[in-house]
Amino acid sequence: MASMRDIKRRKSSISSTQQITNAMKLVSTVKLQKAKTRAEQTNPYFNYMYRTVCSMLAKSKNINHPYLAAGESDKKAVVVITSNRGLAGGYNSNIVKLITESGWKKEDLDIYAVGGKGADALNHRGYHIALNASEVMENPNYTDAMDLCDKVLKSFVDGEIGEIYLAYTHFKNTVSQEAKLIKLLPVEVDESDIANSEDSNILMNFEPNEEEALDTIIPKYVTSLFYGALVEAVASENGARMQAMDSATSNAEEMISDLTLKYNRARQGSITQELTEIIAGANAIG
Amino acid sequence: MAEGNKFDVEIITPDRVFYKGETDFLEFTTSEGDIGIYKNHIPLTTVLAPGAVTIHNGEETVVAAVHSGFAEILGEKVTLLAELAEWPDEIDVKRAEEAKERAEHRIAEKAEDLDLRRAEFALRKALIRIDVAKK
Repeated sequence: MASMRDIKRRKSSISSTQQITNAMKLVSTVKLQKAKTRAEQTNPYFNYMYRTVCSMLAKSKNINHPYLAAGESDKKAVVVITSNRGLAGGYNSNIVKLITESGWKKEDLDIYAVGGKGADALNHRGYHIALNASEVMENPNYTDAMDLCDKVLKSFVDGEIGEIYLAYTHFKNTVSQEAKLIKLLPVEVDESDIANSEDSNILMNFEPNEEEALDTIIPKYVTSLFYGALVEAVASENGARMQAMDSATSNAEEMISDLTLKYNRARQGSITQELTEIIAGANAIG
Repeated sequence: MAEGNKFDVEIITPDRVFYKGETDFLEFTTSEGDIGIYKNHIPLTTVLAPGAVTIHNGEETVVAAVHSGFAEILGEKVTLLAELAEWPDEIDVKRAEEAKERAEHRIAEKAEDLDLRRAEFALRKALIRIDVAKK
């Protein structure tokens, strides 16, 4: 049995760890509330954007536009959104897993990393990091999404890459987040969404003309997707961290109560032993 | 003006629903020039240029600055999706003046690495801000 002193030391070390995890949990909870409100506020813009793009595509099926067709290059660009800080459970590794288990060849991928953890992990596994924009994750705003979009779209238009994907963590609710990999370009929308878009019977006019309108709207659509993903990722990160820290805190709690029991037993054991020794000594003298 | 002439207008930006209400006459700037919209306009999707949006509602009018985006016009409803929209009282005139001077300076100087399109866009944005703030 471990000595009383060892158990005591162990217990105090665990309880100071518990204090840290508990504080981190509280911080994440507050940050999560903020991020959640923000994610909710971007929703109308994104939904409307998606609907408009759907209805535009429904009415312009025979348009031949570079954004609607795959580029000639086999290369794929993947925008990977992760966090800069760890201790968020499986948050970052789930995203990395999406990429490594996608079945794509390493040589075919250009990684546009937002968030240091994902960039480090993928770099370590030998993927090519085309861009590392970790600082964006600290406080993502719309301009950041625009910059990112400009860079990725430029390589698409230049023909360096043929397809663009986005890997991020979808924020379902506080306790559930889902790592997602979605295709951005060439634009693909759900056929049923196109059929359902309520105004599909109206003959829509475009100004200046359909192609130029698509030229302007598609980049904005991609930017809105990036922005939505960034904002959701921040919420997911804090949600994941909150959960991880919550379970760490309750694990520590469990360990402490286990150690307290052991400590008491050890104390009782040593008292019993002392008593036996004293009595034995007294008997020997008497 | 009669009630029957009103239609819905919504201005949505990435960060918030900027404006939601009714109007009987709406003016804004598109890449092809200024347009004014009454109820039952033909369905039209058009690209926004930086400019002022004026929403008339009876005797009242409200003005806002919008920079880049697009508009979807349907008979009963107009939706402006703007990347950036500001009310006059949100605009920092001093900063806009500075931006204007900077942009003018850059265009006049014709530096070698000048991105003319970008500088002109910045100038236009600053001018719109100053214009809207003064209304």
